[in-house]
Amino acid sequence: MKKLINHPAAVVEEMLEGFVAAHSRYVRQLPHNKRSIVSTNTVRPGKVGVICGGGSGHEPSFLGLIGKGMVDGVPVGNIFASPPPDPILEVTRAVDAGAGVIYLYGNYAGDCMNFDMAAELAGMEGIRVETVRITDDVASAPKSEEDRRRGIAGDFLVFKVAGAAADQGYSLDEVVRVTSKANQVTRTMGVALSPCFNPQTGRPSFELGPDEMEIGLGIHGEPGVQKGKIKPADEVAGELLDRILADMPLSRGDRAVVLVNGLGSTTYMEFFIMYRRTAQILAEKGVEIHRSYVGEYVTSLEMGGCSITLMKVDDELARLMDHPADCPMFVQM
Amino acid sequence: MKLTSADFIQALRKIADRIEQEKDYLSELDRAVGDGDHGVTMSIGWQAVKAKLEEFDGNSTCGEICKAVGMTFLNAVGSSVGPLYATAFIRGSAVLQGKTELNEDDIVQFWIAAVNGILERGKAQPGEKTMVDAWHPAMAALKASREAGKDLAASLEDAVKAAEQGMKSTAEMLSQKGRSSRLGERSLGHQDPGATSAYMILDSFTHTIKSLQSLAS
Repeated sequence: MKKLINHPAAVVEEMLEGFVAAHSRYVRQLPHNKRSIVSTNTVRPGKVGVICGGGSGHEPSFLGLIGKGMVDGVPVGNIFASPPPDPILEVTRAVDAGAGVIYLYGNYAGDCMNFDMAAELAGMEGIRVETVRITDDVASAPKSEEDRRRGIAGDFLVFKVAGAAADQGYSLDEVVRVTSKANQVTRTMGVALSPCFNPQTGRPSFELGPDEMEIGLGIHGEPGVQKGKIKPADEVAGELLDRILADMPLSRGDRAVVLVNGLGSTTYMEFFIMYRRTAQILAEKGVEIHRSYVGEYVTSLEMGGCSITLMKVDDELARLMDHPADCPMFVQM
Repeated sequence: MKLTSADFIQALRKIADRIEQEKDYLSELDRAVGDGDHGVTMSIGWQAVKAKLEEFDGNSTCGEICKAVGMTFLNAVGSSVGPLYATAFIRGSAVLQGKTELNEDDIVQFWIAAVNGILERGKAQPGEKTMVDAWHPAMAALKASREAGKDLAASLEDAVKAAEQGMKSTAEMLSQKGRSSRLGERSLGHQDPGATSAYMILDSFTHTIKSLQSLAS
């Protein structure tokens, strides 16, 4: 495994120093804890504070999404590990502008415990905190157990909705309502082609033969749910969409936002080949694509592969997805 | 036997050393069912604890040491083990407040309070392939052996045996909690890394108690 790092134990701190130096117009580190990153220009009186977070290794998520129309602050964890309550609480204080704060994160045991502890502490300081846990990963639990599912690439679309709603002056209750709605209509299925290597162990997150792929990967290098021989992109896209649509049927006239998300080491050429087939299949079904995102939004270090996410949108969600955003690693005009 | 604050610090240091020695093995176990970093996470946490212990000595109370261990571990790792072990040590600290010397019952009460904290925070039940599968039978054995009149070292040895058995039994369990739960039947055959590090913690602590006891006798 070759990586451009100095010392495995220092990767998160050094990444943050570089990130803040590169994007000082957008973000700053809080003095008490350098893992607390907040916006320089989005917090304003009466606006709901939006916090998302989780472990490192998912860049551009989460810190690259701090900015206007998106999130106001990010507590940063170790690689693939939830941040502790300390930086979460500190970011909460910094982004609360009197209208309360919403926590958004993928539904993982560690994130749930640490963010809940921080929410409790913030509550004791008089800051109202609400939480929406993102559960878009179809492969992570069966249909009847949606609330046990994990958050993966769909995180990005749900953050987008929450950030836009807060920027448009929605109250905390209303941000929670529309964000929960967005989560309920967002589904992701992924395919892994190669593992990632945690710089602190130097080992691959799982084994996959040179001619194999794996459906249903997690975004932490967790193994998927079904291994098989690699197939042409059109077949893989078809299989991913079949699983999404079996879980969340779309019919003629429905509108969807499409996200083809890269996991770290797959090329944009491959993303667009996957997107091509996705668009064809949706056209055949008479589903209108309201907006598309193709690229790297929620990665898993240098894992190979990608995922397809569909968000079924109504007028309100469509409008929020169209709201502009200006962040270090995501701009929408 | 009695355990002084200095002994308590020593026992905690030994746990940190044991985890450091075993971190690659723990990550290896985690690669089969999770994201392959359990050893890294535990190492980061326990090394931070070891550094923090430098601030304490024989005059510190076991309660304050314990609370600092919990908060230090939590803020070093986050993750899921952060809140679980932080809760354990903070609950354990409540039992040890103001004490610079612990008797055998204090130590038993400490472990029971700590493990109850893990159970309450994580809400995992035995059989779900988590650290609870080591901690839960270990505490049952500890209580039973104490009630049967055994001394601390012998009771802890029984607890370690139960933890080891529980740890091994996780290989036959389907994962129900945490990131590995997505694997379903593919989690079968793999021993849970969290149960393994739990066993190591208790085993290391028990070794320290036994060597202190043999020194004393």
